[in-house]
Amino acid sequence: MSKINHEKKPLISKKIDRFFIGLASAFSFVKMFFQEVFKPPFEFKEIIRQCYEIGYRSLPLISLTGFIVGIVFTNQSRPSLSEFGATSWLPALISIAVVRAMGPLVTALIAAGKVGSSIGAEIGSMKVTEQIDAMEVSAINPFKYLVVTRTVATTLMIPILVMYTDFVALMGSFINVNQNELVSLSTFFVQVFEAISFLDLFSSLIKSLVFGFTIGIVGCYKGYNSSKGTEGVGKAANSSVVMAMFLIFIEELLALQIVNAIRYA
Amino acid sequence: MLNQDRGKVVEIRGLKKSFDDNHVLMGVDLDLYKGENLVVLGKSGSGKSVLIKIMVGLLKQDEGSIRILGTDTDGLTLKELNKLRLKIGFSFQHSALYDSMTVKENLEFPLTRNIKGLSRKEIDKRVDELLDAVGLPQSVNQMPSELSGGQKKRIGVARTLILNPEIMLYDEPTAGLDPITCMDINKLINQVREQFNTSSIVITHDLTCAKETGDRMTVLLDGQFKATGTFEEVFAQASDQRVKSFYDYNFIK
Ligand SMILES: Nc1ncnc2c1ncn2[C@@H]1O[C@H](COP(=O)(O)OP(=O)(O)O)[C@@H](O)[C@H]1O
Ligand SMILES: [Mg+2]
Repeated sequence: MSKINHEKKPLISKKIDRFFIGLASAFSFVKMFFQEVFKPPFEFKEIIRQCYEIGYRSLPLISLTGFIVGIVFTNQSRPSLSEFGATSWLPALISIAVVRAMGPLVTALIAAGKVGSSIGAEIGSMKVTEQIDAMEVSAINPFKYLVVTRTVATTLMIPILVMYTDFVALMGSFINVNQNELVSLSTFFVQVFEAISFLDLFSSLIKSLVFGFTIGIVGCYKGYNSSKGTEGVGKAANSSVVMAMFLIFIEELLALQIVNAIRYA
Repeated sequence: MLNQDRGKVVEIRGLKKSFDDNHVLMGVDLDLYKGENLVVLGKSGSGKSVLIKIMVGLLKQDEGSIRILGTDTDGLTLKELNKLRLKIGFSFQHSALYDSMTVKENLEFPLTRNIKGLSRKEIDKRVDELLDAVGLPQSVNQMPSELSGGQKKRIGVARTLILNPEIMLYDEPTAGLDPITCMDINKLINQVREQFNTSSIVITHDLTCAKETGDRMTVLLDGQFKATGTFEEVFAQASDQRVKSFYDYNFIK
């Protein structure tokens, strides 16, 4: 590998160097994931354990947030719709908002905070206490055992959690609609399902998979590259969250463009 | 006393390693003979850990050659390197126990992942043997966080021994331990050699440990070995004032 001489370069140029070195190393980290993920052994036991951890960690907060988002969004949308005498459209409106955007986004952001940070901290502390080195010297592939399992687990679990969030948010909305518009549960859900298309569900699924992958791989990458000391672990956890949230927003915007292009093609 | 007739298990020549402008190793030569304990003495930051990490392929040297058990480590594929790694036990300075696993799981982990098809009974038996060897059979179901520093060291050693390595590398085995626990660990290092027929490199800045465990010792200073021989030889003949000061600091102070 060629060494970059940091001494003689001005600060800006050093920062640019560091950015591209970081980008290259992140890219090769992702590449390594795809090289390892399809190779046996598959570590099913560890993947299942991680899935359980992820669900267990994020479920309480996701339930609460989803439910409240459902109620608040319904309540806030009502005045605008009632101006046109269109409050009967509330279930359809909420359905579209929740399934297309809010469900995946709320779930992914909460999971980035709860799961991403704990993956970053856990792997970061394994790095600084030389547990990763210990695996390597006993001929165990730590990338496979730690990174692949966690990233697969988040990629599988986020879509499931998104479906759950969608459901909880719609239930929150139903309670509000039921109280105000006296709509029954079955009528509410008929309207909900009429409003959403296959494209909505499919794109929501793909988006959730991508969000899940992002949360897992970013947490692992930050942990794996954390600097020495307890301070490094804290930084790894923190920057996992910041980086994952940033990427999730970018991905959301990209997905919006792509889905709109398909929808109106 | 010396085991030079028994042949070399490690031969290092002209080893160099720098991190940018930090020249850590500047031409290190080292021989480890079968069955001996070689102590590498050096103050912290002198590159002791770097030396043994290069030996197991955790870091890569800039220059120089390493032969371990007849295998040249340069240009090995990962598979070949891993095969060699199984013959080397690495005891980490802070033990590096997997903190999400119990003691038993820590020991099983390298075993079951490298030797396929062991029965539950065989695994349990091997774990028990090693916990007995390091004197901690009662810790089998404890978590690493419940162990003292000395106990962690012992479990770390047990974990590296579970694959029957021919060479042991101890990174500062007594650092951060009280004097009595240090004595126990020194005894353990000598006992491991007898019981498991290992050849060892013991890295330390603790002269008592060096004296108790080493057949031979060498002093790492400015990226090179400055004095090599038995404990008495090194300090009797030391021409370098800093080698002497090592002794003075440890024993006279
Ligand atoms: N991975 C690394 N990257 C950069 N510098 C390192 C790395 N590992 C060790 N060093 C540097 O090499 C020198 C020797 O470190 P080390 O071998 O850990 O010392 P010790 O003799 O105390 O074990 C130190 O100056 C340390 O900062
Ligand atoms: Mg060290």
